[in-house]
Amino acid sequence: MMKPIYFVYPGIFVLLLFLPRLVPTYQLMLIESGITFGIMAMGFNLLLRYTGLLSFGHGALFAVGAYAVGMMGRYFPDLYRIEILIPVALLASLIVSAIFGFICVRHTRIFFSILALALSMVLYAVLVKLYDLTGGSDGIHIDLPIMFGKSFEGMKRFEFLSGAYYYFLICIFAVSTGIMFAIVNSPFGRALQSIRDNEVRAEMIGIRVRRYRWYAFILSGLFTGLGGALWSFVNGHVTPEIAEWIFSGEIVYMTLLGGFMIFGGPIIGAILFTYMKLYAVSITQYWMFVIGATLVILVLLLPEGIAGGFARLFAWIKRGKAAGTA
Amino acid sequence: MLTVKDLIKDFGRARIINSAEFEVKEDEIVSLVGPNGAGKTTLVNLISGHIMPTSGKIEFFGRDITYDSPYRRIKSGIARNFQITNLFEDSTVLDNVRTCLFSVYGKINKGIFPVRHYKSITQEAIEILDVFGIADIKDLLPPSLSEGDKKILDTAMAFALKSRFLLLDEPTSGVATGDKFKVMDTIVSAIKREKMACMIIEHDMDIVSDYSDRVLVLSEGEVIADGKPKEVMEQDNVKEILFGVTA
Amino acid sequence: MENWIIYILNGLYFASFLFLTSLGLSIILGVMGILNLAHGSMFAVGAFTAAWIVGAFGGESPMIMFFVGLLAALGVAGVVGLVLETSIIRPMYRQALEYQLLITFGALLLIEDLIKMVWGGTAYYASKPFTVMGNMAIGDNQYPYYFLFVILMSLVTGLGIWLVMSKTQVGIMLRAISMDREMAKAMGIRIGRLNTLAFGLGGALAGLAGALIIPTTPALLGIGMDPLIMAFIVVVLGGLGSLKGALIGSLIVGETRSIGVVFFPEIELPLLFLIAVIILVFKPEGLFGK
Repeated sequence: MMKPIYFVYPGIFVLLLFLPRLVPTYQLMLIESGITFGIMAMGFNLLLRYTGLLSFGHGALFAVGAYAVGMMGRYFPDLYRIEILIPVALLASLIVSAIFGFICVRHTRIFFSILALALSMVLYAVLVKLYDLTGGSDGIHIDLPIMFGKSFEGMKRFEFLSGAYYYFLICIFAVSTGIMFAIVNSPFGRALQSIRDNEVRAEMIGIRVRRYRWYAFILSGLFTGLGGALWSFVNGHVTPEIAEWIFSGEIVYMTLLGGFMIFGGPIIGAILFTYMKLYAVSITQYWMFVIGATLVILVLLLPEGIAGGFARLFAWIKRGKAAGTA
Repeated sequence: MLTVKDLIKDFGRARIINSAEFEVKEDEIVSLVGPNGAGKTTLVNLISGHIMPTSGKIEFFGRDITYDSPYRRIKSGIARNFQITNLFEDSTVLDNVRTCLFSVYGKINKGIFPVRHYKSITQEAIEILDVFGIADIKDLLPPSLSEGDKKILDTAMAFALKSRFLLLDEPTSGVATGDKFKVMDTIVSAIKREKMACMIIEHDMDIVSDYSDRVLVLSEGEVIADGKPKEVMEQDNVKEILFGVTA
Repeated sequence: MENWIIYILNGLYFASFLFLTSLGLSIILGVMGILNLAHGSMFAVGAFTAAWIVGAFGGESPMIMFFVGLLAALGVAGVVGLVLETSIIRPMYRQALEYQLLITFGALLLIEDLIKMVWGGTAYYASKPFTVMGNMAIGDNQYPYYFLFVILMSLVTGLGIWLVMSKTQVGIMLRAISMDREMAKAMGIRIGRLNTLAFGLGGALAGLAGALIIPTTPALLGIGMDPLIMAFIVVVLGGLGSLKGALIGSLIVGETRSIGVVFFPEIELPLLFLIAVIILVFKPEGLFGK
């Protein structure tokens, strides 16, 4: 029997392709923002779910991708083409996450989290303080890029976002989800899970624990940085806030909101979080209270997250049916 | 094949292993016996690279491996199980063994296809489970297994590493008394077929004399006897230590 | 020369806040193993409480009301800590680390907006105590007495905490838990109640620090964020659950900041985080940890 994942995900992508005809532009922009967060949360979850490491500094890796785009626009305007920007952002994420990862995987559990937090704050402080290079706390404006030879100069951002860029984003999203799915289901993914389950035994069956944790960190950073780069065009502006620990906390929140034990959970959580935050901000000035209360209730009552809760519900219904027919 | 020379391990001031010297030949099954606290598990840990010795030398096929990482020892052919079972708790029984095989075949850093693609490896994992008589529970998670089955799975994982030298720390502890000989039959015939050498820590003297080619007796960190099971058990100092009989 | 005296005094002044804030963070981390991300919010609660009292009732006698404000801040923040622990932290002790971190993150968001609900989004100014205390002369420079007062306050508080920790039964039990939780349990120490106490105490100390800052800085939303992250560096430097570590860590961070902002303002903040990273990598138990 085919697992639902093999037709559910392609189905969702087909639906996404027709979405611009179905929903108004502002909804589309919100979904785009949610999808970029989704790519990021997927990367984050490679560490949390599959390797057993909770990073409290992934905002910094997101910022690397976003700032790579911003800095390219500022210092190499001639190369401001999306087919160059994305690889550059990936390269920057690769370098930074290789360094961060090399340092962080020296520890596990709370020390790993604290170390990731401290490292992200180094980057945050650099982004804030080096005003001349990074624009300081004002950040950098992100212009519309040239996409495959086509210039969008003079176009409004929402037109760009609801047109060509939307389809570009959906394609990248599909490809990166596919790659992540392949990673977690490959022998490499199994090795990561065995490290998470029992690092002593993993070492004893010939898995180089620290090295694979490092690889996982780098892969995770690549996805997170890619999310950051794609998000920068949607948002139109990057500021150091995305490197601060508060945003890192929101990444953890998104992932757990959707349910980190399920492959698609972080993506669902990211999109849901984007909506939740926007609506909370629009209906009340106390949006942090709403988010915080949801978070507390969620952690106390539904630790498997929304998707995890549904999965349990379906399993329960299925079992009930099976028991009924037997 | 394996040569241990003048091996010493101190924990703080306590000398746990004191100038241990012995050899293990190819195809040989050696039992390691001795009272509790004699240093048996420490010795296994030293050979597997779990801990490093204070001084001395361990050679494997003529190569000095005294301070090699566990990883390098596994790659040169030394595998072990664990006395207190040490499994991947969130993976199925099949995946526990399959991950070992992925490691052996170098698929962890080179395999890019989904796990299901590697049919021959899955097949081999099932065969190994079959040899150890636990193929019928391949889809269960370790926490739901009996102590005996956990123990057998632990040994099967060590066996799956296709080593040339297998270290088994009490492979039958936790196994129901009636099943001990059956389990040992399974393990030993599998080892013989693969032409592995093996060192087994065991308390049950009947098992020791039935299944081992040679016995090493460890007492307070020293090897005090080394020879054929029947001969060693007749020695007075061994009787005194193992059975509390004074000559 | 006079300049250097001022830099060092400024460093001590920074260190005083850091000490009071990090002490609570360190106790909670040491005793419960929880990194309390809502700790900065206690600082904010203290700041708003004190600023409101001084602003509303301090027209006639700002100094008296300031002392009332200090005590009130201590009390209110302490109560918030107690409530926080008993309501949402307590069910989390058996949970995995990620949930513990996340629940304190949720608490942070909740408290920040509770502050907004109670005191509104505006800033509270209470600079009277600062001007009333006046300045002293150091060479040709004027130096505020208020800074010396803060240093003194934190010294007195530190001494008090040290006495509690080393002389009273509660303090000894708290230290026992942070050294070896399992052993403490085996000895029959009732950990649940001490957890609540540690949260209350930590909150009270952070609240006091928050109250002490308002004569120089208006109480604003988000005022607790920087102190939290600085206290975090101090705890990393000094080691978990150690009074001496918190003291020395605060001095290092305080002096580095004070001298850093004068001579290398651009890299002063990244440098502090980098030091924290290096300590975490090579000596995760902290410079003075066990």
